[in-house]
Amino acid sequence: MFDLAFQNLVSPMVLFFVLGVAAALARSDLSIPEPVAKLLALYLLMSIGFRGGVEVAHQGVDGTMIAAIAAGIALSFLMPFLAYLMLRTTSRLDAVNAAAVAAHYGSISAVTFVAVTGTLGQLGIAWDGYMVAVGAAMETPAILAALLIARGRTDAATPGQSRGALLREVALNGSIVILLGAFVIGALTGARGAAMLKPFLNDAFAGVLCLFLLDMGLVAGRGLAQGRRHLSLPVTVFGVAMPLIGGALAAGLAWIIGLSVGSTAVLITLAASASYIAVPAAMRLALPQANPAIALTLSLGITFPFNLLVGIPLYIALAGRIAP
Amino acid sequence: MQTFPKKRIEIVVEAPLLRRITAKLDETGVTGWSVVPILAGHGRDGDWSAEGQVGTASQMVMLITIVDAAKLDAVLDGVFALVSHQIGFVTVSDIAVMRPERF
Repeated sequence: MFDLAFQNLVSPMVLFFVLGVAAALARSDLSIPEPVAKLLALYLLMSIGFRGGVEVAHQGVDGTMIAAIAAGIALSFLMPFLAYLMLRTTSRLDAVNAAAVAAHYGSISAVTFVAVTGTLGQLGIAWDGYMVAVGAAMETPAILAALLIARGRTDAATPGQSRGALLREVALNGSIVILLGAFVIGALTGARGAAMLKPFLNDAFAGVLCLFLLDMGLVAGRGLAQGRRHLSLPVTVFGVAMPLIGGALAAGLAWIIGLSVGSTAVLITLAASASYIAVPAAMRLALPQANPAIALTLSLGITFPFNLLVGIPLYIALAGRIAP
Repeated sequence: MQTFPKKRIEIVVEAPLLRRITAKLDETGVTGWSVVPILAGHGRDGDWSAEGQVGTASQMVMLITIVDAAKLDAVLDGVFALVSHQIGFVTVSDIAVMRPERF
């Protein structure tokens, strides 16, 4: 466990993230332009989506995949209720802000997903390609849960904003479309497609991930510097406790389903992560009264670094103990 | 050269809301608009920057449109219903244009 944690801490990925945070806190002018950051994210999601699809083409679809997707959807829908309850009982967040934060913690962080697959790749631990579909399925149910929680507590949703339209928008956000689209293309083209794209989608992956995590570090560092005054101690503690609780629930489900070590680690990480791309945008439409700085600072400034530095090695070690 | 009075509306709003605002402008008969990205800013919650951001939630855009005075109230009512609870602001200014039939 400690060996794994040490290996993780001295991996180039984590060190580039730390460099980004340090540069931001030191007010360096180091920056990655917004279009470049978006391109890096597209590349990473395309890479893991495509490789997941290729693996599904090789292994085929089975009951475990269906059970894993169902588990992911259940986690995404139920965790916001738990998160809301925790926030309302331990902090002074009002109902609307607590619902908005809860939605972030029910949904997943595609970046954390990319990070855990990168770490598993470094350790030579295989994960099942269908976990890409599990990740995509976990994006949206949390939004629905947050809307149910906030129902009757706010009258300020964007006018003309139907629940269906909002869910469709989240389900079709760019990160999901590229992830699932690449997954389908990988499944359709299989080994032939994998051989054609290997130099682009496999060999460059680790380097691009380092550059992207440098950007994440810069954004997280800036977010912390600006937004930390929005985080009370109980809310900050929630940003570390909720990933552990969500991860524990996912570990139990992965054990029941009988997922492999790699897939268990991925499911735990997905449940432990908090969205900072799709859900924040949806919450600005659904719950505009909520202060976006609270959820974003918590998700990106507290939970993402925690997962990257401590959580991922912990989740992989846990998966190694419980998976068959 | 002869010029004609018109109203210029500037809407600075959170990027996730953009599609709904342009749909509303379309609905109220506005014939054209331009959207400009905003790089960074400072408001009640301190500094913010679009640098390195992957999602749209932390980004702001400015939408600029020019309308005839007769249409102004209808456009503003529609836009305000959308942006009243959002971060940002709306300004209206008097301008002069050379081709009035376009607005």
